[in-house]
Amino acid sequence: MSSRRSGARAPHPIVKLLVQRVALGVVTLWVVSVVIFAATQVLPGNAAIAILGHSATPSAVHALEHQLHLNRSVLVQYGSWISGILGGHPGTSLVNGMPVWSIVGPAAANSATLVGLSGVIGSVVGVTLGAVVALRKDSLLDHTTSVLALAVTALPEFVVAIAMIIMFATVVWAVLPAVSMVPPGTQAWAEPRELILPVATLVVVIVPYIFRMTRAATVEALASDYAEMARLKGLPTWRVLAVHALPNAIAPVVQVIGLSFLYLAGGIVVVEFVFAFPGIGSSLVSAVDNRDVPTIQMIVLVLAGFYVFVNIVTDVVALLATPRRRQPR
Amino acid sequence: MALLTAAAPGSTKPTVRRRRAGVVVLRRAASLPRGRFGLAVIGFIVAVAVLGPFLAPHSDTASIVAPFAKPSRSALLGGDELGRDVLSRVLNGGWVLLAMAATAMALGVAIGSASGIAAAYLRGRWDTVIMRTVDVVLAFPQLVFALLLVSIVGPTVWLTVLAVGFSHAPQVARVMRSAALDVSERDFVKAVELLGVKRRKIMAKEILPNLISPLMVESGLRMTYSVVIIAGLSFLGFGQPPPAPNWGTMINENRIGLVLNPWAVIVPAALIALLTIGINTWTDAVARVAIGIDREAETATMLEMPAVEGEL
Repeated sequence: MSSRRSGARAPHPIVKLLVQRVALGVVTLWVVSVVIFAATQVLPGNAAIAILGHSATPSAVHALEHQLHLNRSVLVQYGSWISGILGGHPGTSLVNGMPVWSIVGPAAANSATLVGLSGVIGSVVGVTLGAVVALRKDSLLDHTTSVLALAVTALPEFVVAIAMIIMFATVVWAVLPAVSMVPPGTQAWAEPRELILPVATLVVVIVPYIFRMTRAATVEALASDYAEMARLKGLPTWRVLAVHALPNAIAPVVQVIGLSFLYLAGGIVVVEFVFAFPGIGSSLVSAVDNRDVPTIQMIVLVLAGFYVFVNIVTDVVALLATPRRRQPR
Repeated sequence: MALLTAAAPGSTKPTVRRRRAGVVVLRRAASLPRGRFGLAVIGFIVAVAVLGPFLAPHSDTASIVAPFAKPSRSALLGGDELGRDVLSRVLNGGWVLLAMAATAMALGVAIGSASGIAAAYLRGRWDTVIMRTVDVVLAFPQLVFALLLVSIVGPTVWLTVLAVGFSHAPQVARVMRSAALDVSERDFVKAVELLGVKRRKIMAKEILPNLISPLMVESGLRMTYSVVIIAGLSFLGFGQPPPAPNWGTMINENRIGLVLNPWAVIVPAALIALLTIGINTWTDAVARVAIGIDREAETATMLEMPAVEGEL
């Protein structure tokens, strides 16, 4: 974009914003890490008593506390946990003794494939649909899609996922796998057939948001004076839409796409569970099931990091897409 | 936030007594086609959930047919994974979900409104502390936050309600804060301040009654998310313990038998879907009335509409 070059001499407002947001993001993540740690380590009370039961003798409790390092101060415990994470050694799983990273790493790669594919496909479908419907405002198509979008927005992901399974994997047509059998050691993108239903579910879940926002923003832009002017000049409709209306509708659309990516980070938990897809969502569910604290901590931290990252990217892109706000003031 | 600043003046029209403002909005929402549709659907689901336990033909825990038996005269919707009557379990499995979702919603709206109004009115240190806390909680997907809390306290019914209610609070706080910021600046608040009325009383008696419209919209949205998250937690296996019938749990229990008796999955899934669609449609009607939006000028409000928020 030309804007990057235009303000190259002084610290550009976007660079300033980026630095600010990254700093804020790091602080947020640090606070989040404290919260995660406090929630999983301190709140449950005495882990030794929880393991041994309330009838345990004080000396037995004391011995186990010593073994689990619970006798050290909370600060020391937090310090060793966070330095382990920063050093790439976030501990071992309480369930199978494997390093947490060997569980979370490959799962995160699979989830990233899922989120990336769904986010991109959903954005393209949502924006296209929104722009097309905006041109046919108040038509039957407009009213139908509005009502449909309102209904689908409300649906929980697992209901959409189950409907997908009923339609395409079991009852109606059995053409696609109902569970994503990704053999250990291979990555999700090597098994495109297994990805279809999870991705389709997530696309259905996010498209209504992106569609509604694009439609509303485009309708507003098309109703503006400059769009009217362009039409009066005799420009073809598609040109008014593509050259005049859409660029001015892009900022709210970028924001809603950012929000959709955030939504996907939560949505994968249920969708991966339904399709037994080997990502961090299903890992989180089984970790919570087994109270595998180090794995829970790691996954929640990864998801929080993703949130902070998406928020920064969204802010910067939305700013780049708003010409009147990207000039230094 | 445009949505709420626009909403607040409407609720304080001198001709409409404050206490009535909410009733007026609800009545007008109920006269919209989508409002009527939403109410009818909600009414149907609530009737199924509340009257269901009295209408169930069989026990919800006794096995009466073969596992995943097809629908028959003795079991109209067939059997589930243990041969229990699907119809009876459906009729028994709604009210706990509804009660949990409503309680969690009420809790989230209460905590969120209190902290949002306090942040807006007290400003200064209170504002900073409350809003930074909100930012931290918003750095997780809501379901993940609820899962984190459930992983600590275990899947007990009332603790799940607490966890979900608490996870609603930040969103509500954010919306209510921006609505209250505007109201706090009004003359009548300044006037009451001069009279020496206590700040807590000003927030409860002067500011809160002027936030009825955003409060109603927020309650509707949080109710939708409550149902989605609580049913979702049950679906993931963190709801009521096993023998209890619950629509979310039933979907998960019976999906392995989808080919044999799809009704054991379709019916609870459809009820949950109808419930969320009904609440969302009703909330949309309330929002339209409260904000007075017309279809032309939707963008500003939609960006603020928590319906497009990223959190689950």
